[in-house]
Amino acid sequence: MIDRPWPAFDIAPTVKLESTPDMARANRTRPFWSPELETLDRAALERLQVARLQKTLARARRSPHYRRVFRAAGFDPKSLTSLADLPRLPFTVKDDLRSDENFPYGLLTVGRDKLVRLHSSSGTTGRPTAVFHTRRDLATWTDLIARSLWMIGLRPGDVFQNMMGYGLFTGGLGLHYGAERLGALTIPAGAGNSRRQIALMKDFGTTALHIIPSYALRLIDTFHEAGEDPRGFCLRLAVLGAEPHTDAARKRIEDLFGIRAYNCYGLSELNGPAVAFECPEQDGLHLWEDSYLAEIVDPATGRALPDGERGELVLTNLNREGMPLLRYRTRDITCLRSAPCRCGRTHRRIERITGRTDDMLIVKGVNIYPVQVERVLMRFAELGSDYLIVLETINHLDQFTVRAELKPDAFRGDLQVLETLRRRIADELRGEILVSARVELLEHGSLPKPEGKAVRVEDRREK
Amino acid sequence: MAHQIAVFAENKPGRIERVSRILGEAGVSIRAITVATADAFGIIKLLVDNPGKAYAALAAGGVSVFKREIVAVIMDDRPGGLLAATQALSKAGINIEDAYGFVIEDKRRAVLVVEVEKIPEAIDVLREQGLRTLSDEEIYTL
Repeated sequence: MIDRPWPAFDIAPTVKLESTPDMARANRTRPFWSPELETLDRAALERLQVARLQKTLARARRSPHYRRVFRAAGFDPKSLTSLADLPRLPFTVKDDLRSDENFPYGLLTVGRDKLVRLHSSSGTTGRPTAVFHTRRDLATWTDLIARSLWMIGLRPGDVFQNMMGYGLFTGGLGLHYGAERLGALTIPAGAGNSRRQIALMKDFGTTALHIIPSYALRLIDTFHEAGEDPRGFCLRLAVLGAEPHTDAARKRIEDLFGIRAYNCYGLSELNGPAVAFECPEQDGLHLWEDSYLAEIVDPATGRALPDGERGELVLTNLNREGMPLLRYRTRDITCLRSAPCRCGRTHRRIERITGRTDDMLIVKGVNIYPVQVERVLMRFAELGSDYLIVLETINHLDQFTVRAELKPDAFRGDLQVLETLRRRIADELRGEILVSARVELLEHGSLPKPEGKAVRVEDRREK
Repeated sequence: MAHQIAVFAENKPGRIERVSRILGEAGVSIRAITVATADAFGIIKLLVDNPGKAYAALAAGGVSVFKREIVAVIMDDRPGGLLAATQALSKAGINIEDAYGFVIEDKRRAVLVVEVEKIPEAIDVLREQGLRTLSDEEIYTL
């Protein structure tokens, strides 16, 4: 039994299973998975948010961590009556999840016998974070993913090839169950093994992919080596997730694969993918505000910023029972847009993530995000899609080097042409990042090709 | 007509070795090689006995390669031998973008390879001066 201490809409209504072909057709053309929730007017949506926030706060107090935090801040959960009260609530940061005090169970609001799933971050910077889900948490998260996939046009009958790592990483299992919930034939392909991925697409007529954008761009080489062109396959959709990327990278993927590609945002601490998702308008990602409360704050001061201003995204779980997080600092940089969307959904949109506060590079005192470098490199048709930023200390100064691969067909045997290209790239980079960059042109295939998230920065500076 | 193979290479150890290995395995023989570098990368230019085969082998090996038409002209290997060829070209207003030379028979014959934009004109001008240009097949027999 699932207990439901929540207001209406706790598990979003889903599209009913069809019983007749007519109903099936009617259902297929419906644009919304959860029509009431996706188009709820703003006032009702905010009422729902307040109600769910109050429930969440009451629940959070059951966790040792939030009990301590509330007491230390003199915060009474019952005192919150509107979203305007939110800034009184202290932030939650990643280190709260992995501190000696809390790791791994300190944020749980339920007994451990209620937990059915553990996910964990990669832990590249120290101890990993552990995130626990109850059965109900998985159901609500899965429903949000189904909602998102339905939004971009995935339907029963589609073949969904999930090319993300299965395991502790949320991208694999998360989208897997979401696609199954929707009713798509789901291929648990997992990450890597490019030849096999292509064979699966070909043999089973894959129509939709879930893929890391940098891997999609690399996979093209494998297609071409095998004498294949994905544009001749059945593919029509892709979900791009797990790493920030530029609109230019998306367009390149769309052209090379002959598909439409949609950006998916999420983080494991807040469930995983589909916190926000692009709609068919491809102009920002709808952040599912019935499940997440979003704020944008100044990363330095923590003060709230108005809609339209770029800052750090802060999220609060509104519909999670096992391990709700309050005002979690995502470290992702974006802005919130409240302008209505042509798709009819009322949930505000975030812009694509331009970086993380923790992958921001400070070079000669200037803040630089790797995505800025990508934006410039993508303007050059002569360059491949991979790049590496190398930071070094030379004569006590920061040296910023961008290494990019020359496409084989861009080589015309002329040294002068290459030198000019190199200078043009350096000039445009300087215009974008305001620091002079050394550009190195590399042979095609020279950069390391990980099958997971791309490594974009190598910081060799003396600390 | 004669062709030259140009290869894009990073300026790091093992690049010429890689090209030589691919060409050796393909059974292509190298008649001449030059390397020009700028900063961290450069271009290896090769005159080979079978440019078509060399191009295909290098491209299949994942190398950025370009095949370009050039003019290869036979000169006398003596003081002033280069003058006749280059003078003819400059008089005709043909600019040499890149050039290199090598000796075939000591004190007798040498070859000058030039990259120019106007290939047919260059060949005509050189022929008028009584200089002989080489085809791919002739380079093969050098």
